Amino acid sequence: MAVVFKKPDALLDVPTHYCPGCTHGIIHRLVAEVIDELGILDKTIGVAPVGCSVLAYNYFACDMFEAAHGRAPAVATGIKRSNPDKVVFTYQGDGDLAAIGTAEIVHAATRGEHITTIFVNNCIYGMTGGQMAPTTLPGQVTETTPYGRDTKLAGFPIRVSEMLSTLTGACYIERVSVDTVPNVIKAKKAIKKAFQAQLDGKGFSLIEVLSICPTNWGLSPKESFKWLRDNMIPYYELGVKKDTTDKEA
Amino acid sequence: MGEKVLMKGNEAIGEAAIRANCKCFFGYPITPQTELAAYMSRKMPKIGRVFLQAESEIAAINMVYGAAGSGVRSMTSSSSPGISLKSEGISYIAGAELPCVICNIVRGGPGLGSIQPAQSDYFMATKAGGHGDFSMPVLAPASIQEMVDLIQDAFDIADEYRTPCMIMGDGMLGQMMEPVEFKERKPKEPSKDSWAANGLNGRKTHNIINSLYLQSELLEEHNIKLQQKYAAIKEKEVRYELYKCDRENDLIIVAYGTTSRICKNVIKEAEKDGINLGLIRPITLWPFPFEAFEKTVNKTKHGYLSVEMSCGQMVYDVKLAANGRCPVDFYGRTGGMIPEPNDIYSKVKEIIGGAK
Repeated sequence: MAVVFKKPDALLDVPTHYCPGCTHGIIHRLVAEVIDELGILDKTIGVAPVGCSVLAYNYFACDMFEAAHGRAPAVATGIKRSNPDKVVFTYQGDGDLAAIGTAEIVHAATRGEHITTIFVNNCIYGMTGGQMAPTTLPGQVTETTPYGRDTKLAGFPIRVSEMLSTLTGACYIERVSVDTVPNVIKAKKAIKKAFQAQLDGKGFSLIEVLSICPTNWGLSPKESFKWLRDNMIPYYELGVKKDTTDKEA
Repeated sequence: MGEKVLMKGNEAIGEAAIRANCKCFFGYPITPQTELAAYMSRKMPKIGRVFLQAESEIAAINMVYGAAGSGVRSMTSSSSPGISLKSEGISYIAGAELPCVICNIVRGGPGLGSIQPAQSDYFMATKAGGHGDFSMPVLAPASIQEMVDLIQDAFDIADEYRTPCMIMGDGMLGQMMEPVEFKERKPKEPSKDSWAANGLNGRKTHNIINSLYLQSELLEEHNIKLQQKYAAIKEKEVRYELYKCDRENDLIIVAYGTTSRICKNVIKEAEKDGINLGLIRPITLWPFPFEAFEKTVNKTKHGYLSVEMSCGQMVYDVKLAANGRCPVDFYGRTGGMIPEPNDIYSKVKEIIGGAK
């Protein structure tokens, strides 16, 4: 019988710890499919963050690192500089990348490190139980913003993709979502382009993936997708933020 | 035999690291170690190796984590406040069992402190290099020649035991110039293929560089394994110098680094007055050379005097070593001040009183 659907080679056949309804599974799969399609499993090295995807090193089949909180871009820099022929990616959430790791991601981008970052934004700290993230929307209720995020006290959410797009070293930055099938297909295309940019030596690439957290948002997966569309996409506009990949490396 | 050249301490460290086959150096400017990063920035690109100025000491140590984890000899350096920042990364490196060399050219603290020489990071280096149950070898040279020799040892020790290894010099050693000879030595570099995460390249299972063990049983097992490694380091890697300790002494001074050189002058002065002093000079601060005390505890009339450029840190290890068998005294200067021979000698005379 012909196999029409199988696990990508770049994902190991192991149970994951993700909550029911979480979109990390989709995003893992997209990254793995891209690694398979580009035929780079043998030379890819991934860096997992601290947060919900801390155990990603158990799921991807390539060689993996577990980095300290926020430091994945620095770890990836060390790997790539000492192994320039390898493909290096970081997989980071919004707490990891946009709060404690802001310096590391900004400087990896501005140096034009030849690495790819998959940035999963779900507007909340998931692993620690739903506290305010740097990306938490104004008015959003979390464990540490029980009255809703008050921008007078807690400031405003960071638009990471727009911020990094101002940096010359970044060559490809796009924000995507995995809330619908067409968006999942677009997300995969973006991830593939980001890895291809690295293979072509174009510079730093980052794909921001809008993601849901049913557990900590207190919504069903279906309601979560609606919340993402109604609240996140208006603030975090989808689309290509920067693309200089057609320029000479 | 190589020829002797006159070199500044910080630059000599860089040259020694290059000769020890260090492939990557990740630095960040901080006085009084900056010349080391500058030297590496000049030399490394010309021989096809990596120099990168990181955005912070935190990033630099995490770059070392990445490079070392992919099996490449790597190094970073800083001075006291920067080492505080690196302590997070050092803990992860120890937990993930990665070999690397970290150089601390110590300045006065706490806080921003001063930029003058100090030995006040002894506790941080030997007791609290970062959070969690780990230790790391700490080598403390007393001259630029010894610093050069120990850099190569540090890389070899790091590789053999898969551990971070620290070279700790004070600001004086970093800044002064001395003649130095680079001995022809072949670095001992074991294969790292079994554990390094450097791409599958046909390997069947993936390698993971990690310090997370969510199951307590597994973390305990891991930590016990680390302790076994530390036990082996304690057994095989302890280094120290005994100076004038083969005689009956009135007092034995314990000092390392620059301070030990000042103390040697005190010992020579005292001899003229008929006072016999010995010196224990720890070269490995961790593991501490307890054995040197077993050899000398019965050959000192007034016990030990720990002399440090700190408010008294190593003296706690000296007390452990003496274990109540003899008196232990302390003399130190702090904040970037360097002990004067006359002041040390006055302290010696105060201790031995009318003994001579």
